[in-house]
Order: sequence, then structure tokens, then C-alpha cells
Amino acid sequence: MSENGYLLEVRHVQQIYRSGPRQFVALQDVNLAVRDGEFLCLLGPSGCGKSTLLRIITGLQRPTEGVVLYRGQPLRGVNPHATIVFQTFALFPWLTVIENVEVALKARGVPPKLRTARALDLLDRVGLDGFEIAYPRELSGGMRQKVGFARAMAVEPELLCLDEPFSALDVLSAEALRGELLELWTEGKIPTRAVLMVTHNIEEAVFMADRIVVMEKDPGRVVAEMTVDLPHPRQRRSPEFLERVDEVYSLLAGQTQPEHVELGVAPGEPGRIRALPPITINDLAGLLEHVAEMPGHRHDLYRLAEELRVDSDHLLQLTEVAELLGFSTVGGGDIVLTPLGETFAEASILARKEIFATRIRRLPMFRWLFALLNVAENRRLKKEVILRALELEFPPEDAAQQLETIINWGRYAEVIAYDDATETIFLE
Amino acid sequence: MVEGTLALRESFVRPERPQPEGTGPQRRLIFRTEQPFGRGFSVGDIVVLIGIAVLIYAGVRLALRAPATVEGPTISLSPGALPYYALRSIGRMAAAYLLSLLFTLVYGRAAAYNRRAEQVLMPLLDVLQSVPILSFLPVVLLSLSAILPERLAAELASIVLIFTSQAWNMTFAWYQSLTTIPVELREASAIFRFNSWLRFKVLELPFAAISLLWNSMMSWAGGWFFLMAAEIFTVGQRDFRLPGLGAYLQEAANQGDTRAILWGIGALVLVIVALDQLVWRPLLAWADRFKLETVEGENPPTSWFYDLLRSAHILEQLSQGVWRPLSERLDAWLIRRAGAAGPEAERRVRPWALYLLALLVGLGLTYGAVRAALMLVTVPASQWGEIGLGVLATLLRVSASLLIALAWTIPVGVAIGTNPRAATYLQPVVQVVASVPATALFPVFLLLIVGLPGGLNLAAVVLMLMGTQWYLLFNIIAGASAIPQDLKYTSALIGLSWWERWRTLILPGLFPYIITGAITASGGAWNASIVAEHVEFGGRTLSTVGIGALIARATATGDYPLLLAATLTMVLAVVLINRTLWRRLYRLAEEKYRME
Repeated sequence: MSENGYLLEVRHVQQIYRSGPRQFVALQDVNLAVRDGEFLCLLGPSGCGKSTLLRIITGLQRPTEGVVLYRGQPLRGVNPHATIVFQTFALFPWLTVIENVEVALKARGVPPKLRTARALDLLDRVGLDGFEIAYPRELSGGMRQKVGFARAMAVEPELLCLDEPFSALDVLSAEALRGELLELWTEGKIPTRAVLMVTHNIEEAVFMADRIVVMEKDPGRVVAEMTVDLPHPRQRRSPEFLERVDEVYSLLAGQTQPEHVELGVAPGEPGRIRALPPITINDLAGLLEHVAEMPGHRHDLYRLAEELRVDSDHLLQLTEVAELLGFSTVGGGDIVLTPLGETFAEASILARKEIFATRIRRLPMFRWLFALLNVAENRRLKKEVILRALELEFPPEDAAQQLETIINWGRYAEVIAYDDATETIFLE
Repeated sequence: MVEGTLALRESFVRPERPQPEGTGPQRRLIFRTEQPFGRGFSVGDIVVLIGIAVLIYAGVRLALRAPATVEGPTISLSPGALPYYALRSIGRMAAAYLLSLLFTLVYGRAAAYNRRAEQVLMPLLDVLQSVPILSFLPVVLLSLSAILPERLAAELASIVLIFTSQAWNMTFAWYQSLTTIPVELREASAIFRFNSWLRFKVLELPFAAISLLWNSMMSWAGGWFFLMAAEIFTVGQRDFRLPGLGAYLQEAANQGDTRAILWGIGALVLVIVALDQLVWRPLLAWADRFKLETVEGENPPTSWFYDLLRSAHILEQLSQGVWRPLSERLDAWLIRRAGAAGPEAERRVRPWALYLLALLVGLGLTYGAVRAALMLVTVPASQWGEIGLGVLATLLRVSASLLIALAWTIPVGVAIGTNPRAATYLQPVVQVVASVPATALFPVFLLLIVGLPGGLNLAAVVLMLMGTQWYLLFNIIAGASAIPQDLKYTSALIGLSWWERWRTLILPGLFPYIITGAITASGGAWNASIVAEHVEFGGRTLSTVGIGALIARATATGDYPLLLAATLTMVLAVVLINRTLWRRLYRLAEEKYRME
């Protein structure tokens, strides 16, 4: 242990990707510490670099700048005291359940008899006895993740890293597995010294963590930190619990900024470009209609997540779009519809399209696109051309997604059209 | 792989990127070469071609000292000798295959894990697999017989030849598997500190197993074509034949012994079918466990022999008592030896060492190229004229065989492919017929055709046809059965006429399949020209105009500059045709006509 009692420290870590002349900051000056005996959550929307940070912490990836200290020592290569439970389980499909657990021990040179005994014991503890010689494909998602946990715990890691371990599971399995993990952890049944979980699910973070580190995107960075000092097992319906959830929502949803800040700048201009969240208009309309029914056209974000049955990540993207288009404002963990938002919620299909069209015309991204199309021959451009232009501003995959979103919104608003056969975009 | 013959197999296509849960690799009933067809000509290609030229030149230089006469083996036509010949043939195939496998594992790994190596190794592979392998046979044979005892030289040459026909597509499959291993499995093996042995055994080999197996089967099938050609190769006073099934068939045809011919063909078919049933099918059934799919597949490959082995008690005991402890020991030893794995960082090579290496290779290539050019200068203009004429004549033959093949395979393939009932009965039959390597039957065909007008000219086209038509047929069957049922219904409902239906639905639907088949077929046809255009038969020498004939004649007379010039021209011609014609068509097919 280092003298300040930290098991792990992240100092000034930056991750920068280069793509041609452009560079993209995935992580900007991240500082972080994990204390001995702590359950820490890295919470943030998709694209905030939290998974990248986890890979840097475990030594799977080397940061562009900065250091990771483990027990006060700089980390070189993969951290031998850490292990990961993966979102997609990462089980070897050609190995049986017990072989999947044993192979982790085999790699560390544990002799066969001891290996098998330990694997059997762990499978027993996670409730998989009887499934030892089954193949992963024969198991449900929840059971597969149990194998993932058993494998991770088999090597008795000091630092157990969980990379969105419940997000690929159905609701019931996820909840059951969360409880079982917490039980093993809080009752000291595993020799793990600290748990580091990455998640985008706000309720999950408040339910499990002792401390939450909140991250934001564009660029990926740490924006806030909060302690959750509620005793386990935590009650999801209790006022204290909901208060914490509300608090995180207000941190992540932020405060609606003045319009020019919210809109950002167009591609090619200096300043921050506002990326369009990949949201469908149907979902947006659903959100606005729902809030419109609330007294004062105001609602708690954390309640919305439950009532609309969307996860917090998706909800935050929806509110971001509503803010961006001026349909709502956000502050203190609440969403409030603007008069325009109310009109939209009550309008007919055609009227909605008209409102939507006038609103997206204001977005710098669309202004830029119209400018491009207006000077193009026949006011038509190949999709490829626009994609290349966007790739100057966004990493390739993000650029493709931006373009998809632009086409979807533009088609809905009937301001642009897209011909799939020729892959051209043109003004309506 | 452009050269060689293949049997009908489902080729295996790994998804480009790791796919989400539940979508495993897809199978297509089509011959597909797993190669990036996107690139045009590049500087790398030219360097590789120069490298090939220098290599051929080096071979030709060595060949200057080749013995003027080579005694062939005495081939016994007694059916009792057949098992021995069959074993010799299989032995050569097995040796070459093991060599290919070893090459695959090392080369593919280097290309997949080292960026710098990748930039050199992949273009190299790309050119190598479009080169007509059989054109190297004379050079390899002559150069080896100059430095080794004659029999050994012929053996080695056949193995080298088969190896060069087998290795490329397997290497591509392995490379592609390695580069498409899902990230999370890779990360899991890193975080659990697998060393390179464990990573190979638990992750890489299982992940690549199915693809590697299908490609091994393709390679093996293709290998027969070259083995048979190598076993019967004779020019002038130099008899390079090898005791084996190919030589047996050739000798039988030579002597006009119909009974022996039938025995020989029977033995060959038996060997090929037995290998399929006793080796490849069981391996396929066993390898089904390596599917990445997370749900049970609907119809996994089955094998009666595999089921038999599995139910046998002795095998279970052997596995428990011998195999398990042995592999445990091996693992423990290798895990200790290789130590814990570090991060998956590239090993750093000092840049100056690389530059030095590049400089040395560059100097060597330049020197070789200059020497080769000096030798080429000595080739008289009249011979260059002959070479040009030869390439043209062979090109005509290749085109003719392709056209004839298309003419009958399109209607027959569509008939079989659109009729599932017929397909189930006919496909196995066609597979067995197609699995007999055309080169083995060539002497027999000569016997029948040589008296007809057209003689060898006709025989050469027939040989090419036999080597090529099957690719086309299989691909067209696959293409026809892939035409979506609803489109067929729609075209029937809107009352399209017979011709309109072919024009708007069937031909466009078949186009990618025809192109894929034709690429492989044309490669096979070029290869066949080496053995088809110049033959020693029944004590007579038959020759026709063609680049293959020129190469054979140069080998027979010991005209080494001509050998170099002709071989190089053929390689260049085929690579050029591939790059300019076939690639364009392939890209067109991929972009415009894929029904997916």
C-alpha cells in the first residue's frame, strides 16, 4: 500500500487518438484514486471514455500521457493483481464452464488438482454446481456472467474490475446477480481489496458503490465525485436512495446553458462542435408527451427513467436533444418543457414536422450541411463526401453515426432527402 | 487461391469485425478466396514480382548444371503395386501439407501481430497466390536435380510444388482469423495472463480451427492436381516421374492398358473418398465445437466415422490415460518456459537493423534483377515473338475452355440449384466426379483424343476444361440456390417472360458467383497449360503452340534463357490479367450484385 492509503492512483492520464492530422481527446487529465476496501463506480454516458480508463487502469492499454500507480508503484504491463469481469462475458465458447474457470488458474501455474478443487468451490459459491461440464452456449446470460465472476474471483484479485457487467443481462438476472455480488463483497467472502465498476446506469451505481466518480464526454473527463454512505442492503424506493439518484441526474444532466453555448459551432469553425445524440424522433416525442402530462410540465429525471422504461444513458441523450432543440430546459435534476416543447407535444404529425424542421435549421450542423449542399452541383452530394468532411471533426465511427443521425432527422423534417441506391444526399 | 482444383466445400467467412452476441461466422456454399480484392497495382507488387523474377533466375542459374538425362523409375502396372503407389502419393501430400501448416502458423502470426511485417507479408501473399504455380515446376525440378540426387530432387520438387499450391489460402485464413478474434476474448486472455502458448492453444487455434480446416480441405484437394502433374512430368531425355498413382495412370495410358487404367482411377477415387470420409469429415464434425455461435447450430456437420470413434471405449481410455496427462505435462512445461505474458506490445526492433535488412534485400534484388535482365537480353527476338504468340495461344485456349465451361454449367447449375430435390441427389455425385484431379486423367484422355483431328490442341482445351468446369458448376449451384424465394415468386407473379426472368433475376443474381468461380477456374486453366501443351506419349513427343509448350520445350532442350523468359512472361501475364480484368469484375460483383 502506498503511504496515503490508496490501492490505486491515476495521475494526469490523457488518451489521445490520432486520425490523420486530427486528434481526438478520449480522456483529458484524469485523476483518480481507489482506496483500500472501497467499492468505486465510474459513471458516465457512453463515449465518455470510462471503459478506456478501465483498460488503462488494468494495464491492457497504455495511456498517451500520465501514470497509473498501483500500491505506489508505477504500473508496467498488465496489472497482475487486477482482473476484469467483461460486459460480454468473454468466455471461451469451446471450453466448458469449469475449463473456463480453470484456464485462468492454469495460466498462473496452479497444479491440476488444486485448480479443479478451487474452480469447483467457486462455481459452487456462485450457484453453478451441476453446470460444470456445460458449454457457455447452453447457459442463459445471467449464468454466463456468473461464470465470468467465478473466473475473475478464482485468481483472487486484489482489485476486481467490472466493465458494465450487468448491462447485457435481462432485468431480473441483473438484479439477482447484483445482490449476490454485494453479498460476497460486503460480507468479506472474497479476498478482494477493492472493486472498480464501470457503468452508465445511475441507479446501479447508487445501489452498489461507496463512491461514484462522474464522467462526461467531449472530451472524456471527470466532472464530479460523490460519496454514497447508505448502509447495505440499500432500498431502491427509500427517499435517501432517490435523493442520491436525483443528485447524480442533476450532475449528469447539468444545467441548460445560453443558446449559443448549447448549440456549439459548425464543423470547420473554431470551438466546440455539438455532436448530435443518436436519437429517433419517436422517442423524443414520447418523452415530450410524457412530460407534458405532468403538473407544471416539469418532472424528475430519475422518475422519467423508470416510467419510460429507458436506461439513464438513453434518457440523458433524449433530454440533451430536447434541450438542443429548445423543447425543454434542464436544471437541478428536473426537466421542464418550454412553450415550444408543449406545442410540439400537442401538435399533429404534420405540424410536428414543421416545428422540427424550423428547429433543426438552427443547428450549426445542419446550417453547415445546407451550405455544403447549396454550392454543390444539382444541390446533391455523395454521402461519402459529407462523411469525409465529418471525419475531420469526429473519429471515423462517430462521424458515421453523426451522419446517420443527420439523415434520419433531416428526412423526418423533410428538409433533406437521401437516395440509398446512389448514396446521395440532396435538398428537398 | 487462383490455382489448383478444389472440391465443393462450404467456405468459411469470418465477419470483418467482432459481431454482437448470437451472430457467429456465416457459412456460404461457395468457393471464396479469403483475400482482399480491393487493391490495384502497387509498388509492393512490383517489388514482389521482381523478387519472383530473381528467384526464377537463381533457379535457372542452378539448372545450368542439371544432368542432361534423367532416368525415370520403372512403373509396375500390376494392381498389387497400387497400395504402395497410393501410399507414396499420400506421403508426398502429407509432407507438403505439414509444411504448409507450419508455414501458415508462422507466417500468418507474424503478419497479424507485427504491423511492419504485415505491410510486407500481405502484399507478398497476394501476388504469390495469383501466380501460376505449375509454371515453376520445370525450374524447380531442374535446379534441384543439379544439386541433389535425381530421385530425391524429384521428390522434393513435387513437395515444394504442392506446398506452394496449398500454403496461401491457409495462411490467409489463419491471418484473417487472428485479426478478427473478438477484442474481449483477447483482453480476457491478457488480463488472465495467458502466455503465448496458452493463447495459441486456448484462443487462437480454436478460434481459427473451422476456417483453417475448410481451407485445409481446399488446399488438399488442390494439391492432388499438382501432385499428379509432378508425378507424370517428362520432357525430352529427362524423365522426372515419381512412383505414385499419377505415374501409374500415365504408364497405363502409355501402354494402352485399359484394365490398368481402370484400376488406377479406382484406386485414386478410393483414396480421395477414404481421406474425405476418414479424415476430413470426422475433423469437421469434431471442430464444430469451435463455433463462436452462442446458440446451438441447426445442422452441424456429421460424420459416421467420428460417431464410431466417439462411441469406441478404447479411445476414451486413451484420452483419459495418455492424452490428458501428456497435454497437462506439455502445458505445464510450456507455461513455465515461456513465463508470464507481458502486454501485447510489439517487440521493438531497432530501426537501423530494419533499414540495414531492407538495404541488403534491395541490393540483392537489384543485383539479381540486373543478372536476370542480362540473361533475358540473350534471348533472340525470334524467341520473344514465339513467347508472345505462345501467351496469346494459351490465352485463347484458356478463354475457350472457360466459355465452354460456362455454356454448360450455367443451365445445369441453375437447374440443380433451383431444385432442392435434385441438389440433394446430384451434389454428392458431382463432388466425387470433381474430386478426381484432372491431371491424373489427362493421359487417359490423350489416349482417346490424340487420334482425332485437332489432336493435342483439342486435348489441351479438354484438360483445361476438366480442371475448370467444376468450380463454375459449384458456384453456380450455390448462386442459384441463393436467389431469394420471394424474388422468384414475384417475378412469376408479375408474369416475366423466360428471357426477362433470366435477364433481370437469374443472371444478375448469379454474377458474383460466376465471377468467383471464373477467377479460380482461369487460374487452374493457366496451370494446366504446362502439362497439356507438350507431352511425351507412347514414345512420341506431341507439342502445340503455347506458352506452356515453350516452357516444356526449353526444359527439354536446356535452353535456359528461354526458360527464364517464358516462365516470367507467363507469371506476368497471369498476374496482369488477374489485376486488370478479374479484380474489376470481382469488385463490380461485390458492390453491385451481392444479395445480402
